[in-house]
Amino acid sequence: MHKPESYGITSSDITSENDYRNRRVFMKQAAFAAAGVLAAPFLDRTSVLPAQDKNSWKPLHAGKYSTTEDTNSFNDMSTYNNFYEFGTDKSDPARYASTLKPSPWNVSIEGLVKKPGVYPLGDILKGQSMEDRIYRHRCVEGWSMVIPWLGFPLANLIAKVEPTSKAKYIQFVTLFAPDQMPGQKEGTLRWPYVEGLRMDEAMNPLTLLATGLYGKPLPNQNGAPLRLVVPWKYGFKSIKSIVAIKFIDYQPQNSWNMSAPNEYGFYSNVNPDVDHPRWSQAKERRLGEFFKRKTLMFNGYGDIVGSLYAGMDLRKNF
Amino acid sequence: MGMATSSAVSMQAWTCEKIFNAAHTPVSAGCLTAGADPKRNTSTMTMHVIPRTIVKAAAFIAALAPLALLAWNFQQGALGANPLSDITKETGIWTLRFIVLTLIVTPFRRLTGITEAARYRRMLGLFAFFYGTLHFTTYLWFDKFFDVHDILLDISKRPFITVGVASFVLLIPLALTSTKKMISRMGGKRWNLLHRLVYVAAAGGAVHYLWLVKVVARPQILYALAIASLLGYRAVGAVVRARKQPPAH
Ligand code: HEM
Repeated sequence: MHKPESYGITSSDITSENDYRNRRVFMKQAAFAAAGVLAAPFLDRTSVLPAQDKNSWKPLHAGKYSTTEDTNSFNDMSTYNNFYEFGTDKSDPARYASTLKPSPWNVSIEGLVKKPGVYPLGDILKGQSMEDRIYRHRCVEGWSMVIPWLGFPLANLIAKVEPTSKAKYIQFVTLFAPDQMPGQKEGTLRWPYVEGLRMDEAMNPLTLLATGLYGKPLPNQNGAPLRLVVPWKYGFKSIKSIVAIKFIDYQPQNSWNMSAPNEYGFYSNVNPDVDHPRWSQAKERRLGEFFKRKTLMFNGYGDIVGSLYAGMDLRKNF
Repeated sequence: MGMATSSAVSMQAWTCEKIFNAAHTPVSAGCLTAGADPKRNTSTMTMHVIPRTIVKAAAFIAALAPLALLAWNFQQGALGANPLSDITKETGIWTLRFIVLTLIVTPFRRLTGITEAARYRRMLGLFAFFYGTLHFTTYLWFDKFFDVHDILLDISKRPFITVGVASFVLLIPLALTSTKKMISRMGGKRWNLLHRLVYVAAAGGAVHYLWLVKVVARPQILYALAIASLLGYRAVGAVVRARKQPPAH
C-alpha cells in the first residue's frame, strides 16, 4: 500500500466533470461558430447524465501513478470504444454489450505457475487492495481519453499465483461466447481475442487489472468484469473480459498482429515517431478537445517504462 | 470514321440538349452513356401529375437533409464523444451515396422506362460534389488544421488519402462543366467523354472506403459491389454496342 502522502493529488486537483462539461460546451460553441454554420443556443448534454456521474465521484486512492489531467466523462468512455466482440462501430459496444454475463465469472490461470487452476473471480480479487488510477488512454486510431480506472496491479496477482522462473511472457484470453458476444459470429478477427505482455511489462507497477470505472463496476462494454490496462501501449493491448491468463516461455500471438502483422506489432507502445502505415501517430485528439495535441512517447509514461525497452529498436519492434 | 458512328454521336449531342433544355419532350439517351440506342428511349413516360419544379425542389431539400441532421445533432451534442470524426465519416459516406445514386440513374431509367429520372442526374452528381467538398474540408480543417506540410505528407504517404483526393479532384471538372452552357459549348461527345471520369471517381471512392477501415466488413463490401455492378453495367453496354456497330474504316 502507498502511504497517504504518496497519493500525490487531492480531489480538488481533479476538475469535476461538471467543469469539464462546461468547458466542453464552450469549445463546441467555438467550433460551431467557427464553422460558420449558425450561432444557436446550445443544449448541454450533461442534463441527461445520471447525477452520480457528474460531481459525486472522488478518487479514493488516486496514487502516485495517476495523472492530474481532467478526466473524460463516464459517458465518453462508456459510449465510445472499440470492442469488436460487439461490432466494429465505436457505438456498437454500448449498444449490444447487454448480452454479456459478467457474473458468474471464472479466470483460468495456466502454464508455468505453481498455483494453476480455474478461479472464481472472487478468488482472483480476494485480498487485492483496489485503487483509482487515472490514466491517459491512447487508441491506435488517434484519439485519447483520461480514464479513472478502479483496479489493482497485475503484479500483485502474479505474486499470488507464483510463476516459475521459466515464465517469460503472459498471454491473456477474452471470453469466447458468440451467444453473448454477437460480433464473434463475424469473421472480423480470429476469436477469441488474445493479447500478451513480456513478464517485465506485466510486472510493471503501471500495469493494472481493472474491475471498474469512476469507482463503479466496469460496464459490460468496457470489458466487464475484469480487464487489463497498459497505459503506455495502444488501447487494443488492454484486453477486455479476461477468462484466461497463461504463463509461457515464448512470445505469444496477439489478435491485431495476427490480423495485420505490418500494422500492429507485439509491443505496440505509444510512439509518435512510428506511424501506423495508414495514419500518422504524431498527434491525437483528446475527446472533448477541438485541437489535436502532440502524442507523447510511451503516452507520457516514459520515465516509468522507458527502461524496459533500453537498447531496443522501437521502429523494428513496433 | 464510318457513317454509323458519326450519326450516333450527333444523335447523342442532340439528346443531351433535349435532356437539359426541352421542358416536356420525352427524355432520350443518357449523356453519360455515350452511344446509347435512341430507339429504346422514345417511349413516353408522363409523370407530370405533380409539377416538375415542385418535385425537383423536394428532391433538393431531401438531399440537404443529411447535412441538416448532422448540424442539428452536432448542435444538440447528440453526435457522441468524437463529433469531429463523426462529421468526417457522415460527409464521406454521403459523398459515396450520392455517387452511387448518380450512377443508378441511367440503368434505372433504362430498366423502368421512367425517362424523367434523367432530369435528376445532374442534381445528384452536384450533391456528391457538395458533400465531397464538405468531407474534404473537414479533413483539411479538423484533422490537419490546414497544415500544408502535414497534408502533402499525408497525401503522398497514405494510400487511402491519395485515392480519396484523386477521386475528389476528378469530380471538380465534372461539377464545373455541369451547366447547359458547358454541354453545348463542349459538344455532347467531348462532354460525355469527360463525364466518364465519374466512373473512376466512383471506383476510387469504393477503394478509399475499403482501405481506410481497420477490418473490411459488410458496408465496405456492399458499396464496392454496388459500384462494381454499376460500372459493370456500363462495360457490358459498351461491349454490346461495339458489337452492333460495324467497325469504322
Ligand atoms: C470522392 C471522394 C471521396 C469519397 C467518396 C469518400 C468517402 C468516404 C467514406 C465512405 C468514408 C467512411 C465513412 C464511414 O466510416 O462511415 C470516408 C472517410 C474518410 N475520408 Fe473520405 N471520401 C472521399 C474523399 C476524401 C478526401 C479527399 C479525403 C482527404 C484528403 C478523405 C479523407 C477521409 C478521412 C480522413 C476519413 C475518415 C477515416 C476514419 O477516421 O475512419 N476522403 N470517406
